[in-house]
Amino acid sequence: MIRQGYITGPVLGGLWLFVLSVTVAVAMSFGTGEAFRPSLILSLLWGGLAGGAMVALGRGRAVQAGVFCVLVVALIAGIGPMFVGPDTSGFAKVFGAILLSASFVLSLTPILKEIIPGALNRHEFEGAVIRFLTGFGYIFFTAIVLIPFYVMVMTSLKNQSEMIQNPLDFSIDPSKGVELFRSYSELFTQFNFGTYLFNSFSISVLTVFITLAFAIPGAYAVARLRFRGRAAFSRSILLIYMVPMIVLALPIYIAFSMTGLRNSFWGIVIIYPVTTIPVALYMLQGYFRGLPGEIEEAGLMDGLSRLAVIWKITLPLSLPALASVSLYVFMIAWNEFLLAFMLLDDPSKFTLTRGIASLNSSEIPRQHLMAGSVIATVPIMALFLGLERFMTKGLTAGSVKG
Amino acid sequence: MVDAQPPSSTGPLGKREARLAWGLLAPTISAVALVVVLPLLAIFWISVKPVQLSDLRAPEVVLREDLRGSPEAPGDEATLRYRLRNSSQEQPIQNVSFEDVIPEGLDVLSVDDRCTLAGRNLRCAFGDWEPGFREALTIPVTVNQAYFDNGIRPQDSEASVEGRSSNVLTNATFTFDNFKRIFKGDEFFEVLWVTLFYTVFGTIGALLVGLFAALLLNKSFKGQGILRGLYLFPYVSPVIAVAFAWLILFDPFSGSANALLVQMGVTNEAINFFGERPLALIMVTLFEIWRYFPLSFLFILARMQSIDTDMYEAADMDGASPFQQFWALSVPQLLGILSVLFLLRFIWTFNKFDDIFLLTGGNAGTRTLTVNVYEQAFAISNIGAGAAVAVVIFGCLLTFSLFFLKYISQEEGL
Repeated sequence: MIRQGYITGPVLGGLWLFVLSVTVAVAMSFGTGEAFRPSLILSLLWGGLAGGAMVALGRGRAVQAGVFCVLVVALIAGIGPMFVGPDTSGFAKVFGAILLSASFVLSLTPILKEIIPGALNRHEFEGAVIRFLTGFGYIFFTAIVLIPFYVMVMTSLKNQSEMIQNPLDFSIDPSKGVELFRSYSELFTQFNFGTYLFNSFSISVLTVFITLAFAIPGAYAVARLRFRGRAAFSRSILLIYMVPMIVLALPIYIAFSMTGLRNSFWGIVIIYPVTTIPVALYMLQGYFRGLPGEIEEAGLMDGLSRLAVIWKITLPLSLPALASVSLYVFMIAWNEFLLAFMLLDDPSKFTLTRGIASLNSSEIPRQHLMAGSVIATVPIMALFLGLERFMTKGLTAGSVKG
Repeated sequence: MVDAQPPSSTGPLGKREARLAWGLLAPTISAVALVVVLPLLAIFWISVKPVQLSDLRAPEVVLREDLRGSPEAPGDEATLRYRLRNSSQEQPIQNVSFEDVIPEGLDVLSVDDRCTLAGRNLRCAFGDWEPGFREALTIPVTVNQAYFDNGIRPQDSEASVEGRSSNVLTNATFTFDNFKRIFKGDEFFEVLWVTLFYTVFGTIGALLVGLFAALLLNKSFKGQGILRGLYLFPYVSPVIAVAFAWLILFDPFSGSANALLVQMGVTNEAINFFGERPLALIMVTLFEIWRYFPLSFLFILARMQSIDTDMYEAADMDGASPFQQFWALSVPQLLGILSVLFLLRFIWTFNKFDDIFLLTGGNAGTRTLTVNVYEQAFAISNIGAGAAVAVVIFGCLLTFSLFFLKYISQEEGL
């Protein structure tokens, strides 16, 4: 039944117009702070009509232009798929109408590409549904990923009263200039964020080096050397990797309290690598196994010792894996929250995550909390986007931990 | 003719290799044993101990000394006073004693019968002290010229105090109260139900959303790399940053989400997303899905890209439609990675602590087992009960792991 051009076209058209009018309404609201409101019924109606027209009359330039014009006029007249609040400026209204109509016409044309009047075969029908879902998927994922980060950045640039006045208004006033970044400069001058940044960075780098120093020999032994208990060992790594941190955090807290390691830089440097060594070992041994053994054997024949083989042959060959493991470990250490929260009390020793947690109080404006979050997020994202290929490989190489 | 036999024991070369292997593994094993195995054993020990947060500071004898009577000239009489107390209000201290040196220039007239004086060394023994016990010891002295000349005052020489207190962590008191406490009433079943809901829906949701994202990006087009990087954002950014961003976005008073919903006519009044049952639980589950779908997405995408395209071409030739291809070709190929991901993510979602702790602090019906550990140990200050919850978690985990090791195959390589 649904595989009829006259049904598929209007149904997909209606749904697609609804998706787009929600998207445009949200985007326009966030962009201008003014009231935009999608209408489900009118979206389905107008979208259905447009879909029907495109199926019946073809998808030529004339039809596209016609649909576009009708939609723009309907939107401006206030009977279109998206309502606009009474106080909205004329420019925003017209801009929203054109944006919605244009994106709808341009995207519905390819979606209904193979839809003809009359019965459709499976390929034509499923192709159209898949194109619809693909379009929806791109919008959906981009929105859910970007909106929280957008809110984070914009909140850090606006003060409390502006936020409460209109929570939707994320537009910023560039004429304020440096004043916009007041929360950032206050974090660095009054809240010690420079120290936290330095602490986080040095702890993460130390963690990476210590982890590698332990994990490389271990991973090599598990991957290459034959010894009794190898299989059991590699399984127990996996098991240890699954022990929740909160279970360990309690005894570690007690032990650190009693030995005076709590609230110290070195206490954190001791504990972080141990949480990352199993992961790193597991990832590295997978990579070492994939390296051809013959090269190492040749090295052994030529009189190198095992350790020299590791140093001169295996490690240079596994530089990409080392890079991705280092990045991954760096990310874990940089983002770690629980242990830092439990073990650090002294503001001069805080890591960034612990520092942000200390900003979460009713006396400190939200702006600062979000500025702190941006400061913690930007370095790891920059690092990650710059080295994205390593990271993706590293993540899939053997870690599903989060 | 002699039958060729494989060597029955390990040869010297093999032994050397094994020795090297254990040598290379030794640092890792010792570190892991110290920080993972030891604490795990400690958790079992603590869970049967009546430990409070305050017990972590051992009781001690606090001693203050001073000279009373403000002597002004040689020959004046004064009193050397020692004030001592047990710092703990809950635990006794055994065999309390102290030693001190009486400064030059003070002549002791008489000593308390609990003390002995040898030369200038004073030693006093008090026996056992109840919790919170206080004692004031006075020793009458006469002051002579030397006292005024040398300027040494009694408090200048530190008295050394001794006393044995039984630490609740190391003594032989055991109790099952912790377990009784946590299993008590409906509370435990609520925690268990919340944990199950969060784990099951969080895991399945993240898998399905990840599968959808992988299907979207499983074709090459311009900007595919950028989108892939973008979709990983929720996973790579610090949890504390994104959790607070969500809290601000969904704030009931100044949150944009509420403003948007009100404006769109979905709701009339602000919704307290993270403060109401059962909405809070749904929200933390959504957060979990949002934060971890990138991981499933990456793994599924990696597996998809390794599927042979010939198969799809053949299916196309045979007239299979896109949906048929998905169900009959892709799904069976992905089943392996999907089940592995499900098991792993199930365990790690079960273990998740930070997310809920930051979003709701375990309030409004979102207290999972892991949050309960923190709640018991630090909010209620009952370390023993926290450890008991941790033991329960560990028990569940062990069950999952056995299941996991049985089903996960070596060649999945995870």
